[in-house]
Amino acid sequence: MMIKRITELLDRVFRGLFHSKKNIKLGLYGPPNGGKTTLANRIAQDWIGEDVGKVSAMPHETREVQVKEQIEIKSEGKTVTFNLVDTPGIATKIDYEDFVKRGMPAKLAKKRAKEATRGVIEAIQWLDDMDVVIVVLDATKDPYSQVNITIVGNLQARKIPVFITANKTDLSKAKLKSIQDAFPQYEVIGISAKYGKNMDEFYKSLLKYAG
Amino acid sequence: MITLEFIPHSEIEGLPTGKRIKKLLDIAKENKIVLLEGQLGKDEETELIKATMTEINERFKGVELAVLYPDAQELDMLRRLKVNLANMLLGGNRQGLTIIGPAAVVKEIKKNPNKIQLFTKDASRKGGKR
Repeated sequence: MMIKRITELLDRVFRGLFHSKKNIKLGLYGPPNGGKTTLANRIAQDWIGEDVGKVSAMPHETREVQVKEQIEIKSEGKTVTFNLVDTPGIATKIDYEDFVKRGMPAKLAKKRAKEATRGVIEAIQWLDDMDVVIVVLDATKDPYSQVNITIVGNLQARKIPVFITANKTDLSKAKLKSIQDAFPQYEVIGISAKYGKNMDEFYKSLLKYAG
Repeated sequence: MITLEFIPHSEIEGLPTGKRIKKLLDIAKENKIVLLEGQLGKDEETELIKATMTEINERFKGVELAVLYPDAQELDMLRRLKVNLANMLLGGNRQGLTIIGPAAVVKEIKKNPNKIQLFTKDASRKGGKR
C-alpha cells in the first residue's frame, strides 16, 4: 500500500516535470524477442505511417539503437510529442551457435553475436537519456528472468517512470496475470503489437505517464 | 563435474564496482558457478551485464544470472531495522544470494517467488530448490 502511494506520488512529480519538455524520449526496453521493434513499428505506423526497424523471429535482429523522432501521440484530449527509441534486447549471454542452429552460416553468426554484444552495451548506456520507458515483455514467457528484474530495478533506481507491456496476448499461451504477479507495483498493459490489440488502452497509459 | 564457488560478501565489500565485477566474472570464466552472499547494487548488475558482453567470445558465451531476495514482508520491524543498520555499517547488501552461472555450464535458472531451479547443460539436471 505504502509502495503504491510512493509510486503514485513519484508519477505525479515526473508528470509535472515532463509537461514542460518539448519532445519526450520514450525508450522501449526488454529481453530479446519480446516484440520491442514490432511495438515501435506499430506506434510509428499508427501516428506517422512509417516503420522503425526490421522484425525477425531470429533473436537480436535489432543490434543498434533506432530512433524515430517527432511522433505526436493523442489520447483523451492530450497530445504529446515523443522521440521513440527502440533498443536492442538486453541479455546476459549470447552464443553464436544459437544462430547457426537456426540456419545461419557460422561466419555471419559470429558477426551477429559480436554486434549483439555491442547492442546490449549501447542499450544500457542509453538508459540515462530516457524520460519514460516501456518494458516490453513476451507474455508467453517466464517473467521472473533476472534481466527483466534488473531492467525494472535500474529504472526505479534512476527514477525513470516505467510501465510494462505484456506483448503477444494474441497467442493462446500468453499469461497476462503471471506478469502482473511478477511486477505487482507496476501497471501492466496486455497488448498484441503485431495485431494492434488494446493499443487504445496502451496510448492512454502512455500519456498518463508522460503527458 | 560442476564446481560451485561460494563468495562471502566480506570478500567483495571493500572493492570498487569494477573490481567486484571483475572478480566475479573471472570465476565464472573458469566455468565455476558463483554463489555470492548478498546482492550487487542495481547499477552493479547492469555493469556486470556490460562487462559480460565485452568478455563474450567463441569460448565464453556469457552468464546466467539470478538473485534470491529475502522476503521483506516476512521480516518484522526489528529485524528489518537490524538488516538496514548492518547494511549501512558494513556496506553493500548482505541479504539474499546472487548466482552467476557460466552459460557453458548453466542452461537456465528458473525462478518464481517460492523456488529456484538451476538446469545444467550436460543433463539439464535440477540443481536445487529454495
